[in-house]
Amino acid sequence: MSGWELGLLDSSSLKLLGGVVVVLVLATVVAWILGRRLGITSTILNLKQRINAWWLMVALLGAVLAAGETVTIVLFLLLSFLALREFITISPTGRGDHKVLVWLVFIIPAVHYWFVWEHWYGMFSVFIPVYAFLFLPARNALAGQTTGFLQRTAAIQWALMVCVYAISYAPALLQLPFAMEAGRDAAEGSAPGAGGAIGAHLLLFLLIVVQGSDVLQYVWGKTLGKHPIAPSVSPNKTWEGFIGGVLSATALGAALWWVTPFTPFMAALLAFISCVMGFAGGLVMSAIKRDRGIKDFGSIIPGHGGIMDRLDSLCFAAPVFFHAVRFFYT
Amino acid sequence: MNVGRASRRSLAKLISAFAGARVVSAAGDSELDLPGQAIYYANHSSHLDFLTIWAALPAGLQQRARPVAAKDYWGSGVRKAFAEQIFNAYLVERHGSSSRRQRTSDSGVSPKGQVEGMAEVLAAGDSLIIFPEGTRGDGDTIAQFHGGLYKLARLHPEVPVVPVTLANLGRILPKGAVIPVPHLSTVIFGEPLHLDPEEDRQTFLARAREVLVEGLAKHQGTQSPPIQDDGVSAPRSQDRQDNP
Repeated sequence: MSGWELGLLDSSSLKLLGGVVVVLVLATVVAWILGRRLGITSTILNLKQRINAWWLMVALLGAVLAAGETVTIVLFLLLSFLALREFITISPTGRGDHKVLVWLVFIIPAVHYWFVWEHWYGMFSVFIPVYAFLFLPARNALAGQTTGFLQRTAAIQWALMVCVYAISYAPALLQLPFAMEAGRDAAEGSAPGAGGAIGAHLLLFLLIVVQGSDVLQYVWGKTLGKHPIAPSVSPNKTWEGFIGGVLSATALGAALWWVTPFTPFMAALLAFISCVMGFAGGLVMSAIKRDRGIKDFGSIIPGHGGIMDRLDSLCFAAPVFFHAVRFFYT
Repeated sequence: MNVGRASRRSLAKLISAFAGARVVSAAGDSELDLPGQAIYYANHSSHLDFLTIWAALPAGLQQRARPVAAKDYWGSGVRKAFAEQIFNAYLVERHGSSSRRQRTSDSGVSPKGQVEGMAEVLAAGDSLIIFPEGTRGDGDTIAQFHGGLYKLARLHPEVPVVPVTLANLGRILPKGAVIPVPHLSTVIFGEPLHLDPEEDRQTFLARAREVLVEGLAKHQGTQSPPIQDDGVSAPRSQDRQDNP
């Protein structure tokens, strides 16, 4: 490994990002050729929008990693905030919940991400599922509106779970390398950025494998898909797409073992677990969207929909990947 | 002057971004085809309502659109400066603002001069943004309309009456709340209405209100879709985008 470093990026991270850029260049060229051949149909337009959005998302990720762990955590806090906005919009909350929503949106995420930034594992891993989950219903009971109380409480807690708690495990990966090196106790409260370039490798590995799995499941599903897994939830998710996508993304993960602290076998196993969790996340979010009668969570990412439409698989994959790595390697 | 215009556009963008406002026509297109002058009327559930409609208007129309705001709330101090200097609001005595009992009545009586003043704004070539419910509601239901909308339409039959449905703004900043909580909102500009010369007050107001009721039912995200009891429901739309 050469000595080049910029923030959390080193030459290996650049190779990963370079690989993604090569794929995006290919996709852009293919979309351009298809547009020339078939004319600009709505499908081609959507494809181009999607690819352009991928360019922006990759550029943004590269930029925040180069700027360091603090900026990366701020980006994910912002993503959590935007995701929460989408999630509470479709939740059955009412005027009586307004004061609780102020806690949900402005206070709890900031405190939680503060603990993530401080590398205080003991606190950020329990703050939301213990303290916030007990506090929010109690505060709401004080507000006195009992109609649909259980549904409203469940929706608020689930919003916090997926939009804040689960997503925050992605930037939390940045602190794992220090725990691998120095042990769990020493890592508690270590300085932001202590995970260094290896932390960025873990985050890039997870993002490439999980988002790659989404793309590959789509490609396999479109080409071979015949047997839907849960047609009432999503007619687009087929067994062929699931198996083909997960296996090829697992192979992709194994091929990236050299950038991680894992052996090829462990890289494949962790990639496999992440892809299966990612599939589950996509399925759950589809069920929520179907229940609420909406197509997308929002329209903030052109061609993709809302933040939650893009991060649905990461929500389920990130916490499990984090805890698996922490269990086996620290 | 140009600096003022540019900063107003920036302010409009900021308000739209904060309200997560998606602006669409009745058909669901993001391309709006709005008349040069109009009486915009909307459902009212939040102090953000007139800001958001103002922010949603195209630049050319925004300059000549005057929100009608209640003098008892917006008529003094910082609020007055804010409403008049930035948004060019037209302040009116709210009907029965001194008496609670009258305010909740459906009598539709307006204080003397209120409608005449608004008609002068229209005669000067400006557009109006008005809230015919008279006061803010709970966000989920729309109160009966006061008569001002009908009177304006009769005084200026050449000006199209454009319905604007505001969905979810009452969830961002409900009546009585101080801190806005972000939700995604929708601003739907409906097809312009024209008063039929034969049409009486009740019929016109009911027709105008119905457009907003339908828009709200379609776009406000609080109601659950009906639960189907056959267990497995058929996929509702083919073009869902589950793919990356």
